[in-house]
Amino acid sequence: MVTSAVTLTVKDYKSDVKPTWCPGCGDFAVLSATYKALADLQLRTERVVIVSGIGCSSRIPYFLSTYGVHSLHGRALPMASGVKLANPDMTVMVMGGDGDMFAIGAGHMPHAASRNLDLTTVCMDNQIYGLTKAQASPTSKIGQVTKSTPYGVAAKPINPLLTVLAAGATFVARGYSAKPKMLAELFVAGIKHKGFSFIHVISPCTEFNNTYSFYDAQATDLPADWDKSDLQKAMGLAITEEKPHLGVWYETERPVLDQVLHSLEKEIKPFDTSAYLKRFE
Amino acid sequence: MEKNEIIIRLAGEGGEGVISTGDIFTQGAARTGYHVFTFRTYPAEIKGGHAWYQVRVGAYPVLSMGDGVDVMVAFNAEGYYNHKHLINKGGVLIYDPDTVTPEESSSVIAYGIPFNTIARKELDFFRGKNLIVTGFLAGLFGLEPSSLEGLIRSRFARRAELLASNLKSLYAGYEHATKKIEKRDPYFLTPVEKIPRLVLSGNDAIAAGALAAGCRFFAGYPITPASEILETMSKELPKLGGVSLQVEDEIAAIGMAAGASFGGLKSMTATSGPGLSLMSEFLGWVSMSETPCVIVDSQRAGPSTGMPTKLEQADLNHALYAGHGDFPRIVMAAGSVEDAFFRIIDAFNLSEKYQMPAIFLSDQSLSHRTESMLKPDLSRIHVEDRLRPTAEQLKDYRRYAVTESGASPMSAPGMAGGAYVAPGLEHDEKGHVDTPLQSHIIMMPKRFRKLDGARKDMGQLSRHGAADATIGVIGWGSTEGVIQEAVDRANASGHKVAALHPKLLSPLQVDDLRKFMDSVEHVIVPEVNYSGQFAHYLRSILGDSVVQLNKYGGLPFTPGEIFKKIEEVARNGNQRGNSHR
Repeated sequence: MVTSAVTLTVKDYKSDVKPTWCPGCGDFAVLSATYKALADLQLRTERVVIVSGIGCSSRIPYFLSTYGVHSLHGRALPMASGVKLANPDMTVMVMGGDGDMFAIGAGHMPHAASRNLDLTTVCMDNQIYGLTKAQASPTSKIGQVTKSTPYGVAAKPINPLLTVLAAGATFVARGYSAKPKMLAELFVAGIKHKGFSFIHVISPCTEFNNTYSFYDAQATDLPADWDKSDLQKAMGLAITEEKPHLGVWYETERPVLDQVLHSLEKEIKPFDTSAYLKRFE
Repeated sequence: MEKNEIIIRLAGEGGEGVISTGDIFTQGAARTGYHVFTFRTYPAEIKGGHAWYQVRVGAYPVLSMGDGVDVMVAFNAEGYYNHKHLINKGGVLIYDPDTVTPEESSSVIAYGIPFNTIARKELDFFRGKNLIVTGFLAGLFGLEPSSLEGLIRSRFARRAELLASNLKSLYAGYEHATKKIEKRDPYFLTPVEKIPRLVLSGNDAIAAGALAAGCRFFAGYPITPASEILETMSKELPKLGGVSLQVEDEIAAIGMAAGASFGGLKSMTATSGPGLSLMSEFLGWVSMSETPCVIVDSQRAGPSTGMPTKLEQADLNHALYAGHGDFPRIVMAAGSVEDAFFRIIDAFNLSEKYQMPAIFLSDQSLSHRTESMLKPDLSRIHVEDRLRPTAEQLKDYRRYAVTESGASPMSAPGMAGGAYVAPGLEHDEKGHVDTPLQSHIIMMPKRFRKLDGARKDMGQLSRHGAADATIGVIGWGSTEGVIQEAVDRANASGHKVAALHPKLLSPLQVDDLRKFMDSVEHVIVPEVNYSGQFAHYLRSILGDSVVQLNKYGGLPFTPGEIFKKIEEVARNGNQRGNSHR
């Protein structure tokens, strides 16, 4: 991480584009937490890349003064992986929604986690498709009535934390848009973590799936003595929890892909076409 | 009369050594100074199934796999029965009498050589059979065994015990041909001046060209017949400080390549038709966000999974039109192995300069065949790097500044003042997405204008054949050599024919094509597909009717097939009664 010589504040990370989200949308808190985390870490704006997919939450890169990629629905992870592998010493964040990460782009998630590329992935989960106006999402609850499921959702919701824990994510946490201070702390910890970090954010959609009062009542912090190094315990909680737990669920260290790949050769040489072609003589 | 150009075909069970025998003989011949052109086809299974390998070797440049077979080596009965009808009159059959009982034939010279018995009983080394055959061919046609010995020595450099047995096998075969049989055939490779040539496959050439063009990021997913590019890049890129990665699917492959390109590296992915289908969604994003990216499609016979190890040139429509919406793209196709090396560099240059996807079409024939070529003149290599913003431009940076050429200076993460969001949404000069209607009207022509520059950069198309031709042949991709050979043959037999072979397929070099078509009476368009995709494309842009020549059996054209069509058109004109105009 390359930090700034002059002190950067939250406003340095704001672009001149005003967010397009509905009033009260959980994503505002995610955006503010991102500004705050980047300012806390004093990261230079030109050394940060925010990569998103498609959806309400995926508009986020436009609202930051950093580099950004507004990619395709579900494709933020591969694209961010390319950005990171090209720029291993920069901070790359992947930000998007539950549809992006666990429906159309779900195939990329386990591989991004297993590769342990140093990406900070933030999933803004509102359990609904907001931008297309209220169809079911992969994390919608069984029985949830949406425009595309007038008789209720039949499928068991995908469990984001269990999925990434199983695939090998090395930093797994959950935050809640109504707790912005904790959110910024989780982002700081996720960015600082060397390896694939995944932060699940409960980010309610006030327009189509307003769950604030439900989560205000249900969300609970992980116990103070929670052992972050215990994968089995974390997976067990992901399977059994009835009330969503907030905080850092799991953290471990494992070789990081971008560093592994860039350390394969001790001595980097420029390409010598003539020498290379000798093998075909 | 001695014949110093030979078409040798080896056929047998897959995994039996058919391919390796062919490869060693080919390399040895090329090292001695001969020109070689190979074709191979093998079953999609790893072991078993019918495999064959063909090498055409001569003292003069060989442009195609040729017509028929001069020398047939049948490793088993199936090999014999599948190919015996292709043996040219006066040709040679080499077989093992223990496994093959050939029919009586007065037009074929047959040598029954007990390869299996020699290997088992004389040498006590059954795996030496391939090299006995290789040595026999060398002895029969007068190829110096020293070049073959060198190859075997380097192949088994670290396995001394195997080296001795393999060399013994090679010389056993060689001596069998020179001492134990009486040569009755006219084929003889006359000694040639030993000019060092390279022997490489199309996929080797594509990887080498990409590295020379500055490619430093590759992501791919294994698929026949493109996998060797992934394998080569994975081996070579780390040495250059680059990255190559096998990823979960082709969508991720092109996504990572696009991401790495946004991140500042020249990037490529390689696939075949099924993979290009998956990549389609990204083509539009890459063009919209003006991110350079090279996509190699080594075509195979489709549709769907089709025939993975067989040839077809049937992804042209997909390369030209895949993706929703209107967007510019570069599509190129190479004509030969040497051409693949230079054209992939062109593809990178155009993609980098004009910041759009460049789809590079190879195919099963080109990717997997080997050809000999002179060491390329490296002074011909020009590498284009993407336009970067100046310090002045970064003061009020407009990533998508409207310019005359259509291309705008492109920043990369790390450049202060250069931050922008690469969008798939319609956007203004700064990349902002809030006034799409207005932006769309400005940005569509800006993006498409870049094609004019790309067309100009490729220079003029050069024609092959008669200056006063009445018949023109227009092809694309890996058929360049076989078309030229057919045209040469036609001109030698009194016809007036010329060929044109555009390498840039999008945008098409319309003026040169127009000029060529106007200069001839009839145009034949040979292509290895059923429907005539290129013929339709030419008609749609130039409005002319053309004579289609389509082949779709999974194998390349022979010069004779194209020559026959030329004769037919010379005799009857366009059979539908109208010329192409």
